[in-house]
Amino acid sequence: MEIFVNGRPHTIPAECSVAQLLDELKLSGRLATEINREIVPSGHYVTRQLRSGDRVEIIRAVGGG
Amino acid sequence: MNAVLASQAVENDPLIIAGKTYRSRLLVGTGKYRDLDETRRATEASGAEIITVALRRSNIGQSPNEPNLLDVLPPSRYTILPNTAGCYTVEDAIRTCRLARELLDGHDLVKLEVLGDAKTLFPDIPATLQAAEILVREGFKVMVYTSDDPLIAKRLEELGCVAVMPLAAPIGSGLGIRNPYNIRLIVENARVPILVDAGVGTASDAAIAMELGCDGVLMNTAIAGAKDPVLMAGAMKKAVEAGREAYRAGRIPRKAYASASSPLEGTFF
Repeated sequence: MEIFVNGRPHTIPAECSVAQLLDELKLSGRLATEINREIVPSGHYVTRQLRSGDRVEIIRAVGGG
Repeated sequence: MNAVLASQAVENDPLIIAGKTYRSRLLVGTGKYRDLDETRRATEASGAEIITVALRRSNIGQSPNEPNLLDVLPPSRYTILPNTAGCYTVEDAIRTCRLARELLDGHDLVKLEVLGDAKTLFPDIPATLQAAEILVREGFKVMVYTSDDPLIAKRLEELGCVAVMPLAAPIGSGLGIRNPYNIRLIVENARVPILVDAGVGTASDAAIAMELGCDGVLMNTAIAGAKDPVLMAGAMKKAVEAGREAYRAGRIPRKAYASASSPLEGTFF
């Protein structure tokens, strides 16, 4: 099924949690995740299933003033 | 011995922000460096304990194993101050702060900036006031970037911001302290720490900010954009310390005419 990750279309299996998505993208460490502009607490990554059309943002800290 | 005395001078004069004590009055940004190693070396040389970071999208599919900023500058060592840089609306600024709190395990110290204009990066003051009010209500400890308007600075303090950070000149401009009289007025009226945020170009600018009585200085480009950022970081550290000590020591009044330093009695000529 099709979702959006950081603004780009992305295909995932029909059953896919946030944790599985992060795993597939090889993203770990300090991140914050939103689905459809709602924060998903890191404790919910395993249980929170993605739905078709979800807009996922995976945010990290970068250098800035 | 001199080094010991100098460090005692700093020890006895801590900066307190939101109840936490800091020895360094220099806060640094982590943007615009060549790479993470330079970021780390300059940050260490600055002696800063509070460092700002920005929040952006993770790189998808591009070298996922590349080191993370927070691995190089870990929250266990530094107080991380996430900013809302690039936000032009109240909504974007609040969204960014909420994400930062999630990213940093509930850490609630944020640097609020709501920009009003891409050319000057001057703050949108009505939006800044509105965002500050909401963030304070949500339990954030807000350090707020603002203009050098003394009335607005006071209003932000009254809204519950833990520090007010007037600009000295536009972000990244390096123009120095453009309106020292306003900065001094802000300092005189304040009950929360006042930090000059933005506009510093070189060490003397930082010293002037501190001599005006500011509680600290926040800078990024002046260090990261220098030919030798690590050397400049050390210069800024000393300038902030020197400026602070000069402020505490109390400068002499300015006079129009000379006043001899050597005794007039006992001359033999």
